[in-house]
Amino acid sequence: MSVDSSPIQPTKPVAGRRSLFDKVLFVHLAALAILFLAQFVLSDYHHLTLARVMVLASFAVGYNILFGYTGLLSLGHAMFFAAGLYGAGLAATQLSFGASEAFLAGIFAGLVLSTLIGMIVLRTSGVSFMIVTMMFAQAGYLMSLYFGEFTRGDEGFVLQGDIRTAHLFGLSFDLTSPDVRYNIALALLAVCVLVCLALVRSPIGRILIAIRENEERARMLGYDTYRNKLFALVVSGTISAAAGAAYALLFAYVGATFASIQYSILPLLWVLLGGVGTVLGPILGTLLMFYLVDITSEYTSAYMLAVGVALIALVLFFPKGIIGTLRDKGLKWLP
Amino acid sequence: MAAMTLLSTESLSRHFGGLRAVDDVAFTLTEGEVRAIIGPNGAGKTTLVSLICGRVMPSAGKIVFEGTDISALPAHRRVGLGIAYTFQITSIFANLSVYDNVALAVQTGMRRGGASLFFLNEATLIARVEEALEKVGLDDRRDMQAANLSYGHQRLLEVAMGLALRPKLLILDEPTQGLSDAEIAGFCDLTRAIAKDATVLLIEHNMDVVMDLAERITVMNNGAILSEGTPAEIRDDERVQRAYLGT
Repeated sequence: MSVDSSPIQPTKPVAGRRSLFDKVLFVHLAALAILFLAQFVLSDYHHLTLARVMVLASFAVGYNILFGYTGLLSLGHAMFFAAGLYGAGLAATQLSFGASEAFLAGIFAGLVLSTLIGMIVLRTSGVSFMIVTMMFAQAGYLMSLYFGEFTRGDEGFVLQGDIRTAHLFGLSFDLTSPDVRYNIALALLAVCVLVCLALVRSPIGRILIAIRENEERARMLGYDTYRNKLFALVVSGTISAAAGAAYALLFAYVGATFASIQYSILPLLWVLLGGVGTVLGPILGTLLMFYLVDITSEYTSAYMLAVGVALIALVLFFPKGIIGTLRDKGLKWLP
Repeated sequence: MAAMTLLSTESLSRHFGGLRAVDDVAFTLTEGEVRAIIGPNGAGKTTLVSLICGRVMPSAGKIVFEGTDISALPAHRRVGLGIAYTFQITSIFANLSVYDNVALAVQTGMRRGGASLFFLNEATLIARVEEALEKVGLDDRRDMQAANLSYGHQRLLEVAMGLALRPKLLILDEPTQGLSDAEIAGFCDLTRAIAKDATVLLIEHNMDVVMDLAERITVMNNGAILSEGTPAEIRDDERVQRAYLGT
């Protein structure tokens, strides 16, 4: 290990990284293309289900940025999803916003909420972080019940009338049309996947992963870990809110269930099933979990039992989730 | 070269409960030197360098780096000023590739140079990672997972990360611990090469390494500086001998 005698390597690895970039991008675009083509072969029922799954998968992709890449386990992401949901829904019913403006209002609500909440909860770490995020989410849930005059609490409210038509760039989109809904959901998912992919492959993504792996070391390499974690939380919360806003506007229902603890746990399960810290994992996980519930609930009312068994099997045999296991088994280049 | 003071501490103290780990220390480093800190276990060596790099905040006293008071700056800001610390217990990112480990360090340096993290010049990044890896001789292992490196190579990776920060002051905390004799010899060559561009502060138990590398030696005992001088002076210092051998 002499210092001076090391031969200077040719720059071949640099070229290698370039072609790697193309392969990764290709795989993710191919996955989105499959989802695009699926709409032409699916029955009406699965068509609608997949549209729903894609919106929820966007939520999971957002959740994964914080949990999978930054290593922060939040048990309160329902508040960000609900911020988008209510931000868009209430903007439409109370302020008479149009669909596009209501969507932006939902995203903005998530951006503001995640910034404020992040500045508080990131003073904690580990188990306290989990508890504090859960407490804030519960406070959000209770608020959605308390302000029942506007939110109609558990019962929720339905969006109808003009809000069911979105106007954008002089074009009108009928949000009651299944095809329009499907493709808007896909567009949202595509944007979330590409943002996530670009982020985790950027120098910032490298910092987030470094914080996940060893925060003290990241700090001693000169990174303000608090600021980077806040950034991850805001991106994660804002994507979650975008999913919530899209859910409200596409499926025309806003209710307190979406702010409940269940919707904080679900993205965690979807991400675990698909693969923690993988870009495509959350999509696959959401899809499988949704259909698992869907299929088993046809046969038994105890469908949560099937979910439980599936999760135990997952932890025992595929602790890294499906895509995570594939990555370990040779697809090391998957981000 | 005129002797410029790079770093100095004034009445620097750190207490842990009743324990005075570092007690009223005035310590000065000259730009460009290789300095070793030695002393028995528990003498306060690691606490002193932790205070300098910001991992531990002082109970009292002042730290001045290049004429600026850095006592209150958080660790990551001090790294930005050019103080790099390599860990006593190897603390690399085990699940990341060798390349990514060093790239993380290079990014800090590039950002200090004004580059935005969103639009980092990837060619520069790659070139500087390669450069740091070449210096320590790990360039043929850049795509390996860091956890799969041998222990000696992991220590070299630590040093490469320190180097890639392009520090003005590189702090090495027991760098040769656990290395073979051949690896230690290589490490000494490496440190001499590093010392051409940076001031090196070294905590070391291996006296051969200390005598070989250090231009000056600081001896600590019970949280205070016991003695300071050239290797020859320290070797002949009676107080140092007493501290090491017991009275």
